[in-house]
Amino acid sequence: MVTEVQPEGTRRRFLNWFLSTSVGLFLVSVLYPVSRYLMPPQVEESTARTVRLAVTPGEVKPNSGQIFKFGSRPGILIRTPSGELRAFAATCTHLACIVQYRPDLGHIWCACHNGHFDLNGKNLSGPPPRPLEHYAVKVQEDRIVVSMDA
Amino acid sequence: MQHGSLWKWLDERVGLAEMEKLAQKKEVPVHRHTIWYYFGGMTLFLFLVQVATGMLLLFYYRPSAEEAYESIQFLMTEVQFGWLIRSTHAWAANLMIFTLFVHLFSVLFLKAYRPPRELTWYTGVVLLGVALAFGFTGYLLPWNTLAYFATRVGTEIMAVLPVVGPFFLRVLRGGQEVTGATLTRFFAMHVAILPMLTVLCLALHLFLVQKHGMSVPRGVEQRGGTTRAMPFVPHFLLRDLIGWLSAVAILAVLAAFFPAELGQKADPFAPAPAGIKPEWYFMFMFQTLKYLPSHILGIEGDVVGILGFGAAGLFLLLVPFLDRRAARGQPSPLFALIGIAMVVYMLLLTYLGYTVSPTQ
Repeated sequence: MVTEVQPEGTRRRFLNWFLSTSVGLFLVSVLYPVSRYLMPPQVEESTARTVRLAVTPGEVKPNSGQIFKFGSRPGILIRTPSGELRAFAATCTHLACIVQYRPDLGHIWCACHNGHFDLNGKNLSGPPPRPLEHYAVKVQEDRIVVSMDA
Repeated sequence: MQHGSLWKWLDERVGLAEMEKLAQKKEVPVHRHTIWYYFGGMTLFLFLVQVATGMLLLFYYRPSAEEAYESIQFLMTEVQFGWLIRSTHAWAANLMIFTLFVHLFSVLFLKAYRPPRELTWYTGVVLLGVALAFGFTGYLLPWNTLAYFATRVGTEIMAVLPVVGPFFLRVLRGGQEVTGATLTRFFAMHVAILPMLTVLCLALHLFLVQKHGMSVPRGVEQRGGTTRAMPFVPHFLLRDLIGWLSAVAILAVLAAFFPAELGQKADPFAPAPAGIKPEWYFMFMFQTLKYLPSHILGIEGDVVGILGFGAAGLFLLLVPFLDRRAARGQPSPLFALIGIAMVVYMLLLTYLGYTVSPTQ
């Protein structure tokens, strides 16, 4: 069956109706506040670029790792088998799980999708596309101080 | 049929006679594929179990990062039959997703999406999406370690989407990270938004099933159509009822012998534990993401994987539109093959997900 109204006609009629009744304006005036409401307010991100850890260097055994708080984000502190202290962001570059140190493998590992990182934070194998962010570690007055690289 | 005065009173006000006529008219074709007609109703029944047990859980559950885990712990250990209600909710969810998949693939293989039932298919695929969203949001609510990391990964996948990704990530998480704000949002979605979407889609879906009647497979139609049919009331409904009662029995056994676990409380500053895994119906995607290398043709592997699954979902939605041969009433073996490939892929990757050592 052929309809009498051509597609152009229907479209124009719809647009005329849509604009003249200000349905569009009404929808915008409702949807705009709702969409802004759903967007959470920006909270002040922790601007700390340096953090003093609660553990002393003596408490961190060689070939081990632990998670620490870097502001609101997790970081990982490791002592390499050779005794060197290193720190990285603990958020996996693949899909944001928190990584761990595997003493049996001697490197960093993410349990979620089996991503491996070496002791420099470089992605060795598995799905992670980028290295872990590197932090600088210093020992001051027998306390470990981790800071973001300049 | 003889009716009492109450029936007559109601009939004058709501029109019971018309409904009775409608119910008596409804028939279900009988042929060798009739068994598949039961899975839609079974899914609906399990959904109703979810509504009932979900409402009961709301009496004790507290949607905040500080109290969620403790409130479930209290429910499981102190509240009489708390374990039963929660375990039934968890198991019925799993069974519902399972029967939903069976329903979907039986409709796909019997090509029941042929005209005029395209809209029934579209609403069905949307309902599948809603059911998976129910599973994903509900998984976080106990606020345990497994759920915490599943949500970190699942929402991070959003960020992979070009342009709109970071926006959606923030809206979903209620911030940059998975926190108590995320829990509150998931709770709102799980108990208000998704149920409302389900009711809307389900109403349309059921109306369309009612309007068009049951689809008869092309092969059966060609062999002269169905010669037999059974009345929906009471023949089919009573058979449905047997299925539903069996489901209740199975749920009771599962809930009693394999109660839902709670695990450890989520700690945003602890590494993801080894052997972490999502619900079984996300396993094939999870396992795929493990196998993808970090880069494929210069694009990050997970981006390729996630866009691939998105494309597969879109393909599934558009099947009635794409399968022109089935629409013309011709055989379309290509779509049967694609369907089989999908099932085989999902089964294989799910199997690997549960058997391959997590460190390999």
